[in-house]
Amino acid sequence: MREMSHFRSNLLSRRQKKAAAGAKCSTDEVRRPWLSSMQAKEAVSGYLFFLPWLAGFLIFTIYPFVYSVLLSFSEVILSPAGIKRSFIGLKWYREALTADATYPVSLLDTLRFIVLSTPMITVAALLLALLLNGRFRGRTFFRAVFFFPVIIISGPVIAELLSTKAAVVINPSDYAVYEFVRTLPGFLSMPLLYIFDNIVLILWFSGVQVIIFLAGIQKIGQPIREAASIDGASAWQMFWKIYLPFLKPLVLLNTIYTIVMLSGFSSNAVNGEIVNKMTLTGKVYGYSSAMSWIYFILLIILLGITYLIFSERKGRAGY
Amino acid sequence: MISRRRIRVFAGLQLRYFLLIGIGLVFLYPVAYMLVNSAKSLPDLVNPTIEWIPSTLYLDNYSRALKVLDYRHTLIVTVLLVAMETLLQTFSCSLAGYALARYRMPFKRFWMAMVVITFLIPSHVTLIPKYIMFSSYQLVGSPLSVLLPASLGQGINSTVFVLIFYQFFSSYPRSFDEAAQIDGAGRLRVFFRIALPVCVPAIVVSLLFSFVWFWNETYTSGLLLGSGLRTLPMKLQSFVEEYSRSFSSGSDGVNRINESIRSAATLLVITPLLMLYLVMQRYFIEGVESSGITGE
Repeated sequence: MREMSHFRSNLLSRRQKKAAAGAKCSTDEVRRPWLSSMQAKEAVSGYLFFLPWLAGFLIFTIYPFVYSVLLSFSEVILSPAGIKRSFIGLKWYREALTADATYPVSLLDTLRFIVLSTPMITVAALLLALLLNGRFRGRTFFRAVFFFPVIIISGPVIAELLSTKAAVVINPSDYAVYEFVRTLPGFLSMPLLYIFDNIVLILWFSGVQVIIFLAGIQKIGQPIREAASIDGASAWQMFWKIYLPFLKPLVLLNTIYTIVMLSGFSSNAVNGEIVNKMTLTGKVYGYSSAMSWIYFILLIILLGITYLIFSERKGRAGY
Repeated sequence: MISRRRIRVFAGLQLRYFLLIGIGLVFLYPVAYMLVNSAKSLPDLVNPTIEWIPSTLYLDNYSRALKVLDYRHTLIVTVLLVAMETLLQTFSCSLAGYALARYRMPFKRFWMAMVVITFLIPSHVTLIPKYIMFSSYQLVGSPLSVLLPASLGQGINSTVFVLIFYQFFSSYPRSFDEAAQIDGAGRLRVFFRIALPVCVPAIVVSLLFSFVWFWNETYTSGLLLGSGLRTLPMKLQSFVEEYSRSFSSGSDGVNRINESIRSAATLLVITPLLMLYLVMQRYFIEGVESSGITGE
């Protein structure tokens, strides 16, 4: 007990040193653990309000999260008495990446879908937001049209759209342009063909992001815009010099939102794979967990790259 | 005399409308396509000369889709289940948002970070342990398997709602709470009588988006609810199989499933949401705008 309070007072004094206003306090105050009674009361009430979320976080997020790591390194045996785990190291990971006939394909498919769609969705959202910006007749109507897919989009609906070909607005291969694009080198033609093939999906996934960008544009002060236009800035210059720098944090936000949304989509091949192989004989639970972790790690890398590209760096934002 | 500037503004406006209408049509195209397709009879469907106007209004597709989806029953189940999830999620998220916004408590910044990080943990990672957990309590197939996480703030996208509530609860003056407390109201009373009524817009946003997102979520809940409890989108997911079970296809192929029937089913599944959107459209969009997501 004495040690505890000593430890606490140590912590407290370190904290106080950190605070510039390090008023010397009486021993009585140092002894008192952490907080004054008023503050303690407030903290307790605060935690009471926070308790449901906290309990849910521990039970339904942290526990499953940790457990799935363990599962991914384990061989699981189901018995009437319960679940038996034995550690097998990276076996499932290795098997998923090298011995599985379908998993690597689904994984690459899904990642390609995310990597190609995300920038296009973000750019489309930005362009649509610029189109909707300003005062003109029918603005509310068009805004409502651009937002409506958010309401109905779900894995099964998208799957139906694709399989009934309802998402194919123009059959691009009917047009000469398509053939021309196909003759271009791969790094150029692939994204272009992708836009042709997926235009509806790109637009349909952009609803929330459009509104976020739009709200962001409207936050850019009128004075700044007026000053720029008095100085003779063209719309083009305004976009690059004023809108885009202002919207950069939102670009980051929207890109992350898009990646997270797309990755969790139930019609993704990987997500299907994880559920379908959950009870594979001899690989129960563990194998699927390993597959979900490979996917998760790749997503984290993707999010990390996004963050590095779009976050405000001190060096650059300095001047 | 018309100045050059006015001409430019006018041309800009024309261009804007041209683009807006063009893009708007692309947005609406799939729904229009399905609408037309769903009213086509089989001969119309295979007839290449009939594209946008079916020769007759053929509604048999709908009656078949209604039957396979078991529409009335499934609709009631879906609405009830989703409404419960929505209410529970909104309530639990409002509590969490209120605690973070209004109380000084140790480790607050840490918990804020955790709230945000939860958003980045994909459902497929926690799915299998959740399944094991619920099945060990015999709760797979029970509505509790989706209601419990929702009631503890771990439903779909609950991070977003905690943050929206945090934003709203931080933005009204503390003196409101203090005045009520001086008048003798307890902390719970302050929450229910002062904080929640002030933040009705946040509640509306949370209710609407939770409803839509829970409705459309089929991945986690599809597994946890098992085969007994199926919402409309889940029925749509297995529509093809269930169709062949209800209508055994004869050798002549009369009863075979086709695009028209599938389109009808898809439309039936999204119609309730579209109706909700038609009525509440303003609140959805203003909700995103006022969420304060653009503020920080």
